[in-house]
Amino acid sequence: MITLDNVTVTYNRHPAVHHVSGCFEPGSLTAIAGSNGAGKSTLLKAMMGELSSVEGTIDRGDLLVRDFGYLPQAADIDRHFPLSVADTVMLGAWREVGAFGGATRAVVDRARQALVAVGLAGFEKRDIGSLSVGQFQRVLFARLLLQDAKVIILDEPFTAIDARTTHDLLAIIRRWHQEARTVIAVLHDFDQVRAYFPQTLLLARKVIGWGPTEEVLTKENLLHAKAMTEDWDDQAGVCEAPVLEGS
Amino acid sequence: MSLYASMIAPFVDYGFMRRALVASMALGLGAGPVGVLLMLRRMSLVGDAMSHAVLPGAAIGFLIAGGLSLPAMGLGGVVAGLSVALFSGVVSRTTVLKEDASFATFYLASLALGVLIVSLRGSNIDLLHVLFGTILAIDPLALYLVGAIASLTLLALALVYRPLIAECFDPGFLRAVGGFGPLYHFLFLLLVVINLVAGFQTLGTLMAVGMMMLPAAIAQLWARTLPRMFVMASFSAVFSGFVGLLVSYHLGFASGPTIILTATTLYLISLLIAPEGALRRLIKRPHLAG
Repeated sequence: MITLDNVTVTYNRHPAVHHVSGCFEPGSLTAIAGSNGAGKSTLLKAMMGELSSVEGTIDRGDLLVRDFGYLPQAADIDRHFPLSVADTVMLGAWREVGAFGGATRAVVDRARQALVAVGLAGFEKRDIGSLSVGQFQRVLFARLLLQDAKVIILDEPFTAIDARTTHDLLAIIRRWHQEARTVIAVLHDFDQVRAYFPQTLLLARKVIGWGPTEEVLTKENLLHAKAMTEDWDDQAGVCEAPVLEGS
Repeated sequence: MSLYASMIAPFVDYGFMRRALVASMALGLGAGPVGVLLMLRRMSLVGDAMSHAVLPGAAIGFLIAGGLSLPAMGLGGVVAGLSVALFSGVVSRTTVLKEDASFATFYLASLALGVLIVSLRGSNIDLLHVLFGTILAIDPLALYLVGAIASLTLLALALVYRPLIAECFDPGFLRAVGGFGPLYHFLFLLLVVINLVAGFQTLGTLMAVGMMMLPAAIAQLWARTLPRMFVMASFSAVFSGFVGLLVSYHLGFASGPTIILTATTLYLISLLIAPEGALRRLIKRPHLAG
């Protein structure tokens, strides 16, 4: 269980997202939705322990940050690095193989199976530079498969990805859910959220709603969320807002 | 002139040519792969900045030893280069300045300080030695130092190859799986600095970085995979050293600049004819069936 208690993350004292309280149940499948600038990625980074200006507490239970499988936004990785697909996928086995261990036959086999699972069978020796954006995203999902993480955090995994790839990768997310892993994904497409994600956290720099998707994604909440995100005030005083409880 | 007389006799006849050859070969073996990694990390200009940053350390070593003492200057260079790297790292993590901006500010200060210190005491000849190197006047001690640095570099690269590449490719991932990324980043900067120190013994502080970046650029034009890039970079650095020394011997040119210009020539040729070079784009070939 990951429990957030009154979490606020600021940039220059302005909150990117504030007073977030609630929890991600073990084995839950949650979409984080909201417009650009709603604080979705910021919240994920805070949960990964990557940000320093975090107030409130993030309780990861008995898990460590390195037990999380994290897929940041695509732009963060150099896609033309001279690395083979197999090597990239096998980075996912870092916790077993480590910096100096040899990749065992078992790891190589798992990498091959992961590539089959993401629909890239036989791509092992290809340069990652020769892949399309969608294929590269499949490779990153294969790396996540190898990581075998209890908690999987995806930041906008389907941005600039075509329908078929999205469909295939959503099937993998569903498989993770069936294996009782906790999955948290930032998404923009509300239809996708409604179709695949039982839980939703709707953000607009604060929690608008957190709970079963059909109860959160109401017309009212969505309108509210849109208005809130644009509400950045350069003259803002010190925040005294009450804590809004999530589910 | 026979092939033997033009290509081999100079090294057989003269000890200083032999030592220069061994030094430039050792230098190329170590600096080539380091340059490839620098370039892949998009830190080409940081390498340049670092090569200037070692100057005040070398100058202080020069002062303390009371003359051109390569070990003292080398040690000073390592300390100065690492300090600039560390300060830049701290500044970019704690302020709004990006790492390249803080590198630029520190290395300029460092360079000015270095020239100031050398000009206080040394003659102009000494300053020229520090800036442009003394590859033809390398003594056995300097040779051991360059050789040790090359060996250490190759060993270290072999040992930390995986985490270094992982840190280079996707630092966020390495951080997330608890892979001590900053440690390897620092270790890599250390390798850059010691190779620059080895380089300035032979080529001078201004051109030391040339043995790193030119072979790396050549390698990128010829190879698509990392191991091949490493081999290609080392090979072209060693080759430039060999040819550069011969040309400087026969034509009476200064050896350091001639070696770098040889590498440059190799680079220009590669730009045209290498598989990833310019000509390939100009020549239209029919596309494949699948």
